[in-house]
Amino acid sequence: MRENQDLLVMKNITKHFPGVVALSHVNFDLREGEVHAIVGENGAGKSTLIKVLTGAESVESGEIFLSGKRIEAKSPHHAQSLGISTVYQEVNLCPHLSVAENIFIGRQVMKSGRIDWKEINKRSERSLARLNIKLDVTSNLDEYSVAIQQMVAISRALDASAKVLILDEPTSSLDKNEAENLFTVMRKLKTEGIGIIFITHFLDQVYQVTDRITVLRNGEWVGTFDTASLPRLQLVAKMIGRDIEAFHGNAFAPGDQGEADRAQHHPFYQGTHIGRKGTIDPLDISIAKGEVMGLAGLLGSGRTETARLIFGVDRADSGKTFVEDQEVAIHSPHDAIRLGMGFCPENRKTESIVADLTVRENIILALQGKKGLREFLPRKVQEELANKYIQLLNISTPGCEQLVKHLSGGNQQKVTIARWLATQPALLILDEPTRGIDIGAKDEIQKIIVNLAKEGVAVLFISSELEEMVHCCERAAVYRDKKMIGELGKGEISEQGIMQMISGGHGGPAAGANEP
Amino acid sequence: MKSVLKKGITSHQVFWPLVGLALLLLFNAIFTKDFFLLEIKDGHLYGSVIDILNRASVLMLLTIGMTLVIASGGIDISVGSVMAIASSTIAVLLSGKTVDVNQHLVSNISLGSALLLTLGLALILGLWNGVLVSYFGLQAIVATLILLVAGRGIAQLITSGNVITVNHERFFYIGGGFLFGFPVSIFIVGAVFLLTLIFIKRTPFGLFLETVGINRVAGRFSGLNVPLVTLICYSISGVCAGMAGILMTSEVRSSDPNTMGNFIELDAILAFAIAGNSMAGGKFSLSASMVGALIIQTIRTTIYSRGVAPEIMLVVNAVIVIIICSLQSERVKTTIARYSWTQGTAE
Repeated sequence: MRENQDLLVMKNITKHFPGVVALSHVNFDLREGEVHAIVGENGAGKSTLIKVLTGAESVESGEIFLSGKRIEAKSPHHAQSLGISTVYQEVNLCPHLSVAENIFIGRQVMKSGRIDWKEINKRSERSLARLNIKLDVTSNLDEYSVAIQQMVAISRALDASAKVLILDEPTSSLDKNEAENLFTVMRKLKTEGIGIIFITHFLDQVYQVTDRITVLRNGEWVGTFDTASLPRLQLVAKMIGRDIEAFHGNAFAPGDQGEADRAQHHPFYQGTHIGRKGTIDPLDISIAKGEVMGLAGLLGSGRTETARLIFGVDRADSGKTFVEDQEVAIHSPHDAIRLGMGFCPENRKTESIVADLTVRENIILALQGKKGLREFLPRKVQEELANKYIQLLNISTPGCEQLVKHLSGGNQQKVTIARWLATQPALLILDEPTRGIDIGAKDEIQKIIVNLAKEGVAVLFISSELEEMVHCCERAAVYRDKKMIGELGKGEISEQGIMQMISGGHGGPAAGANEP
Repeated sequence: MKSVLKKGITSHQVFWPLVGLALLLLFNAIFTKDFFLLEIKDGHLYGSVIDILNRASVLMLLTIGMTLVIASGGIDISVGSVMAIASSTIAVLLSGKTVDVNQHLVSNISLGSALLLTLGLALILGLWNGVLVSYFGLQAIVATLILLVAGRGIAQLITSGNVITVNHERFFYIGGGFLFGFPVSIFIVGAVFLLTLIFIKRTPFGLFLETVGINRVAGRFSGLNVPLVTLICYSISGVCAGMAGILMTSEVRSSDPNTMGNFIELDAILAFAIAGNSMAGGKFSLSASMVGALIIQTIRTTIYSRGVAPEIMLVVNAVIVIIICSLQSERVKTTIARYSWTQGTAE
């Protein structure tokens, strides 16, 4: 009846955080009775956009209109009173209170100075019934499954006369059936005229339930599209920012010397059927010395999870691991390091850089960790090592005694790479080593990767940027939805091939071979 | 000139605590009669300064352990109770029967084994804390709170709730004897301090400890045995508390499980913090911590020797602590710098 009316309009939203542009002139609009997906890779600006909308972050420039009236939410609470409600990824309810209490917490119905429990319970039942759910509202919340708890959270959000409902990764902890139930509820709410913003990284679900899709990339608005008229492959291309036509050469050109040698090489690392329940489906993987193997896929598809299993950060609960044909048990990073592995993790700040220590200390950390408490690297050796790698990797720092936190992101990344090179690894795992650093440093790091392989190091390379993937890798495994779905061999790697597999458009490793 | 100074000496962490200590000593030099006077009696040195060093030794021992524990990102509030347990243990071990006409005391076991047993027990208590924190994943303040409460009870159990008087001449040498004219306790603290310093600077432990305190995940990813590093810190803290308990028992020649080491964990934490160390863990300076412990004892001695009324003693104490801590606050420093700069240009 009142369909296609603009419920929410966000115009030209811009937001800076120290050193980064989080959002740059982003536009977004939501109609009544529509489900609108916001998609994008990590750091694309999805959560910042939501935070700006709900008042968790202030708007720097740009305007927001709700039902034609300009609004500026000062806090999530204020936004809710305006009619914009959010259900977060982690259900933030009180597990030890009853369902009814959870729904009405903070806005209790009073009757002659006391809380009217009868009324509250009745209204809770009614609001859950709206979502086709019937349950005992006086039971504690934690007696119900996560899926039900999510429904309670939604019902709580809806009860505040919501016009806009934001669902932030609501399905990440739900199984297939539970997700399906959620979609049924979403479709029902649609018919009631509520506009739903759906944030997810599961592309299948985007196509299952949404009407339109807005794509963000690096804080920029790529575009808003009708779901029905945007093929999957194009969606992935827009998320990653590559045109299908673009083609870039491979660093390992055919006829490259040493290629024959490498082909004969025995795998350095071999995992058979390794996996971890709920994290990554069992898979087979092998990496030989002198080759760069890529792991491609969208965020959360299982790339990083595989690296963590191999390096012993997470324990595999199935499968066997072999290093140089010997079966080994890797229970911790320390075990992996002693077997000759190194791992530059994805999150530089939280997982690799020790900010308050010097460049020297950061560089020798893993080598000293490998040697343990008993064998001390003398200060002189430490300095020699640090200076060697500062020179080798062209790290720009006033000296090896500079605190690492004063270095730029790219140089910090080089310091972590130096940390692993100092251990002289046989297998080096690099998880998004070029993310968030400038083009120059990116180029240098890609060169380092290729050179390492030429020197006989086995390199496992994870990146969201297909261009550098195609440039650096000889083989690539492709992931989708926590599963390795195929492998592209020499000559089969192309941006289009990888994208097709990621999007599930044509499935199967053969797809990569028939590129235009 | 000023900027050169600022980058040189003042950037060293031990500088500002030393300034605080120097101010306190200066105050005493002016207002307290004979503060720096040293007398030699029977070949031993006596005087307020020696007195401060001697009395600070217990706190300095505790602060060494506390510094390592807080640097690792934890805290150990059980040190007072560990002191009490050590005190009760050594007192019971050394008590015995008086035999023969000369009223000689014969203790149950030899002094050496009594000391070893007591320190061994303190080590076990430290390990207990460490295991709870690093392997069971308890929050440090909760894990050590258990021993803070239970330890007091254990100490009382050991002495059956009584105050035990110790009669063992050779034992008294630890807390009351002199070596080369100086109190023995100073040498004990000096030795423990130096050993710890060597452990930190000449083995990988210092690097591992700071890494664990700053970014434990990065430490794990770099192959460090994070739980072991944490465990070592709590163990050292336990042994330090044990030594402190022995020292104090020897000094007062008795063991009172009800009062020994009460609230002393707060002094140790304060000594750590007053030295400009971060309560969040990570980078630390053991030398600065030692200066912090000396500051606390100097304040105490000063207040006593100035004859401050007991009712306002704690208030005076607090005011001095606030002043010294503010000296090190970056914000206060920049405010003062800005103020003096505007004053300078106005002239």
